[in-house]
Amino acid sequence: MHKNGIVDIELLQLIAAYAYVIVLLAIVRIMGIKREKIIVASTIRMTLQLIIAGYVLIYLFNHPSFWFLILLFFLMEGFAINNTFKRVKVPLNKELKIITAYSLIGGTTLSLMYFLLVVIGSDTWNDPRYFIPIAGMLIGNSMTGISLGINRLIDSMRTERDRVEGALMLGATPKMASKDIVNKAFDASILPTINSMLGMGIVFLPGMMTGQILSGTSPLIAIKYQIAIMLGILGSVAFTVLIFVHKAYKVFFNKEAQLVLPDETEEKRTRKE
Amino acid sequence: MRMESPDSEKPVFTLNKVKFKDILYIKKLTIKEKKTTAIVGRSGSGKTTLLKLLNKLISPYGGTIYYRDIPLEAIDAVTLRREVVMMPQTPVIFEGNIRENLLIGLKFSEKKLPPDNKLMDMLHVVGLDKKLDEPAHRLSGGEKQRLALARVMLMEPRVWLLDEPSSALDKDTEDLVMQKVVDFGRRNESSIVFVTHSSPMAWKYAEEMIEIENGEIVSIKQNQHA
Repeated sequence: MHKNGIVDIELLQLIAAYAYVIVLLAIVRIMGIKREKIIVASTIRMTLQLIIAGYVLIYLFNHPSFWFLILLFFLMEGFAINNTFKRVKVPLNKELKIITAYSLIGGTTLSLMYFLLVVIGSDTWNDPRYFIPIAGMLIGNSMTGISLGINRLIDSMRTERDRVEGALMLGATPKMASKDIVNKAFDASILPTINSMLGMGIVFLPGMMTGQILSGTSPLIAIKYQIAIMLGILGSVAFTVLIFVHKAYKVFFNKEAQLVLPDETEEKRTRKE
Repeated sequence: MRMESPDSEKPVFTLNKVKFKDILYIKKLTIKEKKTTAIVGRSGSGKTTLLKLLNKLISPYGGTIYYRDIPLEAIDAVTLRREVVMMPQTPVIFEGNIRENLLIGLKFSEKKLPPDNKLMDMLHVVGLDKKLDEPAHRLSGGEKQRLALARVMLMEPRVWLLDEPSSALDKDTEDLVMQKVVDFGRRNESSIVFVTHSSPMAWKYAEEMIEIENGEIVSIKQNQHA
């Protein structure tokens, strides 16, 4: 049905979209790929989350409140931090958890404020219509970036232990000894954002832009928003990960500039000599 | 940067009741300055642990290690390692070419970088006939070990801690390289401490031989012929 030039999706059409997932489930089952449960669970979870988000947004748009907005922002940050801990393959110690939390909050807040106050305009910065979707995009992408960064940092500290210790033996400071690992962790974190930027407009149209165009916005306006938000995402991911890696590598060294990996005892290694 | 003026009469390291887990216990040991000392023992006897303790890469669970009469706890680890450099048994090769791998020790220690001709001279000393621009990761195990030795020699440290420095070399190359390394160290008035499982090698190059068994010193022998 057309509403103000916008094609609304009727309930039956939405059910048809779910039917498409049922076809996918049937194919997955026939091929013996045991992923039915995760597909069903994530479809249900996404549906519920979006329905709740829709009603919260409607309420917020109709009753704008600064403090509720701030509360929502920290709720989003909280979920993102918790999700990051879940995505990391190994249990994080308290210190790394604290660094992860303040990197994510610091990096996204800085980028969000710059984006809302400078790029969008100072008078509309606390308008829920801008604040919530932009915050969501920045936090979501930064969460993915920092998760990749943590995994790479921890993995590399383990796999490149000999190289780090070899550098320490030659008089390197912990910062010098872990420089390559820190740089690689940063690369791993921003690579999905960079790849997304490279393919944008040629390989695919980004979700936000597609949504705007479908809702009747001129493609030219949609493009301007997409460019701005993409640069915001890049900045947010980069700042979040930069704060993280430049603090987190220190966790792997003690005050005597010795490499300390919590789950591997020195005894085991020394016995190998 | 050297911490104080050299004094040939002083011990470079003194260990007093040093314990590391159940791996090593040294009641008393003195390693002399400007001498070549070999630590000999079988695999798993605690030789590498001792070198790591001297490099402050690990800390003892008990006892005290003195470096030139100063307890190691009182010396900043990074400052110490720029003077007391260790080479691990498996040579560490960093990303980049041979030049970058030679210079990296000096860069870590924030020392002045020498010109290419000095780097070539050092490669010649360890018998490595390679171009400086060659990628270091393509070298064989023995060549990597010689590159790592040349890297330490370029740093001209006061103390060299070498863990099985010739383990990947054949007999002829071992003789050639070890003699040159020891000569170079003596000329520079450095103290060399090397770990080996081979008693003949220890006798050939070391002025003092410390034998370790099950984490404890079983003998200390002087060698007049080295």
